Amino acid sequence: MVNLVVNGTPQRVDVAPDTPLLWVLRDTLQMTGTKFGCGMAMCGACTVHVDGQPVRSCVTPVSTVAGKKVVTIEGVDRGRVARAVQDAWKKLDVVQCGYCQSGQIMSAVALLEKNRKPTDTDIDTAMSGNVCRCATYVRIRAAIHEAARSLA
Amino acid sequence: MNTAAQPRIENDSRRRFLHGTAGLTLGIYLPGAVAAAARGGQALVTASAAPAFEPNAFVRIGTDGTVTVISKHIEMGQGAYTGIATLVAEELDAAWAQVKVEGAPADSKRYNNLLFGQVQGTGGSTAMANAWEQMRQAGATARAMLVAAAAQTWSVPAGEIRVSDGVVSHPASGRKAGFGELAEAAARLPVPTEVKLKDPKDFKLIGKRAPRKDTSEKINGKARFTQDVHLPGMLTAVVAHPPRFGARVKSFDASRAKAIQGVEDVVPIPNGVAVLARDTWSAKKGRDALSIEWDETSAFRLGSDEIFQRFHQLAQQPGAVARKQGDVDDAFRQARQTLRASYDFPYLAHAAMEPLNCVVRLGKDECEIWNGEQFQTIDQTAVAALLGLPPERVTIHMLYAGGSFGRRASKDADYVLEAVHIAKAIQGRAPVKMVWLREDDMKAGYYRPAFHHTLEAALDDQRRITGWRHRLVGQSIMAGTLFSGMIKDGIDPVSVEGASNLPYGIPAMLVDLHTPTDIPVPVHWWRSVGSTHTAYSTETFIDELAAAAGQDPVAFRLGLLGKHPRHAAVLKLAAEKAQWGTPLKKGPAGVRRGRGVAVHESFGSYVAEVAEVSIQANGALRVDRVVCAVDCGTVINPDVVRAQVEGGVGFALSAALYGAITLKDGVVQQSNFHDYPQLRINEMPVVEVHIVASAEKPTGIGEPGVPPLAPAVANAIAAATGKRVRSLPIRTDELKA
Repeated sequence: MVNLVVNGTPQRVDVAPDTPLLWVLRDTLQMTGTKFGCGMAMCGACTVHVDGQPVRSCVTPVSTVAGKKVVTIEGVDRGRVARAVQDAWKKLDVVQCGYCQSGQIMSAVALLEKNRKPTDTDIDTAMSGNVCRCATYVRIRAAIHEAARSLA
Repeated sequence: MNTAAQPRIENDSRRRFLHGTAGLTLGIYLPGAVAAAARGGQALVTASAAPAFEPNAFVRIGTDGTVTVISKHIEMGQGAYTGIATLVAEELDAAWAQVKVEGAPADSKRYNNLLFGQVQGTGGSTAMANAWEQMRQAGATARAMLVAAAAQTWSVPAGEIRVSDGVVSHPASGRKAGFGELAEAAARLPVPTEVKLKDPKDFKLIGKRAPRKDTSEKINGKARFTQDVHLPGMLTAVVAHPPRFGARVKSFDASRAKAIQGVEDVVPIPNGVAVLARDTWSAKKGRDALSIEWDETSAFRLGSDEIFQRFHQLAQQPGAVARKQGDVDDAFRQARQTLRASYDFPYLAHAAMEPLNCVVRLGKDECEIWNGEQFQTIDQTAVAALLGLPPERVTIHMLYAGGSFGRRASKDADYVLEAVHIAKAIQGRAPVKMVWLREDDMKAGYYRPAFHHTLEAALDDQRRITGWRHRLVGQSIMAGTLFSGMIKDGIDPVSVEGASNLPYGIPAMLVDLHTPTDIPVPVHWWRSVGSTHTAYSTETFIDELAAAAGQDPVAFRLGLLGKHPRHAAVLKLAAEKAQWGTPLKKGPAGVRRGRGVAVHESFGSYVAEVAEVSIQANGALRVDRVVCAVDCGTVINPDVVRAQVEGGVGFALSAALYGAITLKDGVVQQSNFHDYPQLRINEMPVVEVHIVASAEKPTGIGEPGVPPLAPAVANAIAAATGKRVRSLPIRTDELKA
């Protein structure tokens, strides 16, 4: 049994302790907004926040987040920064297939929570762990700048 | 096996003019199937309890005013849902906000791709070309019936009624109604057989940006992909595939796998062993715990080096002729100068973000499938044949696909059948979600075929090209599949597309092809198919010829494009917007910079791209900026066109910089994103997209942005370094100063 808090709700899950947080979210809790892409922290599709830090849930054993606060794409919009990011994503129609976008948004929110005026270099550093095979990168960059403007 | 229901695909040239799109047109039909397909404007009886107005198979209007557009084409990122909704909403004069989109079920009678014949499917960048008239007619039909209902209800002449932004009105009497208020009355009226479509000058939505219909649910985690399907009692299956193509399971020991918590069953299937568990992680652990002995007597054991050696040997001999004009041998005999170059292109994996997967629920006399479904009729027919069911007993729910780039348009229903085999092996006692992990997605085949090209050109005294020989060697995508009927005289059309229709005015040309049949590596269409390699070899070689002629690469091409004004127009526009005539700004000390261009037509659309690159002394390459000019006929949504070209540039650059699936002793060497890297945001160039205004019918845009990128980059590298890149991916260690 592992206890964790997901989007503010305490959860008690009966899984093997080595189970990655990703599969606990997706299969046990049936919160499927967090995506499986590679299983080895190479693509960022599974990005969630643990105690405010972006982590790759596919390589994070659930036992290591016991008692910690996990925020996923389903709950991130309670924050003002996330709403600004989602609005910018909408305004610029960033998405194509959309499969990586939960992870992109979680990484972008984590960046803007720390840095309200990111430069292109800051964006590259924060976002280069998130692969988009549709290559929506031009718009991701523009949308992060747009969100930063709206938060200023 | 119910062979009567097998779809056949033929190169039926009669179909080419039916819907008048250039590029690859597939004529596919089901022998014995009812010929009459329900088109837009044909009524469907609706016995739905919910009062709704459903004038045809593509539009449904609820009493709350919601307009539901039923898309027969999958949304896999390319914007099909938005484009189709735009066409319907335009003719319906609906408000954009009241329109939503729903995926159509598998039904080749109602939802066939008009360019594929009697087959439902999405591919070849055909969605908008297919939809252009059919969906506008569907919208116009619904509008005419709403107008007729209003005329009847208000006792006014139909000709005096206006429709705008979802409101039906009669200005003279001041009466107004929303679509929802008129839906029930409209549903009782006869469906008009003929409707008039708008004059393009009256378009309100077509040609303007309308926000994508799928953005909202893709930014909050609510969009549903196959990976997200949960059914009561469902088991997740992870499959151990053979390590080499052609290997089979000899025996396996499942005892350790079955001891893992969560593992429910382990079953053999034709292409491996499936572990079924209550969750994905347990299934993966179960698979890792399997011990399998493989029978590799008929396994393929060559490596990429040996495959290319064979290709190079084949290239010494003439192949099947794809295009022949003029006296090529004479042109070479008379030549003042000849040039020759050869090129190698590796296998490429699609590596969509959503690894392959499929959900199957097997009932007693029926089967239900959830899938990012791209080739409905092929999958439905194959599943029905496997289960001995009539196709209509196989229901397919089309979900969003997390990318595909061609992979989910399976020619032989490969992964869908694999999922059905698993469900069958457990006698359907639980619904099954088959999940391919990234390693399976990368190793289990179905790649862009590896190719070898040789090109030769003859130049005369004035350095004009008088002769052209182009020889291609590579596996056929269509051979041995339902599409094999399209192979004529040894030529798989998608092996040579982009080469056999080279637009340049050269008096004598020979394009020939070798198709090795002894290499069982599964090959497949990959975003822009043959043009992924033909655009590269032809556009880099023509650049070398321009240099040999001492001419500017743009001017040289324009001089050869006299009969191809659409190629010439995009080339000129891209050159102009990239300030081709002015020297490229110099880089910092030690950084070499260069600019290169390429132009290519694919799927009836024309794209020119100008790339600017910077190369460090150590060879490190950066593509700084790409300026694109596009002619895809009438533009339905310019923002979607721009997005597709931006993304196409990034997708193509990924392959040019990194893409290579290689084999060693028959084993695929790559397994995940660490050894099959993808372009990341820090490597993405600035992209500008300029669109040529056109009144031609719309053609595709999902693929055509891809082909010109790699040759434009290679030509820029040549401009910067003098080095010609003749195999992909680009090796930066060869670009050292």
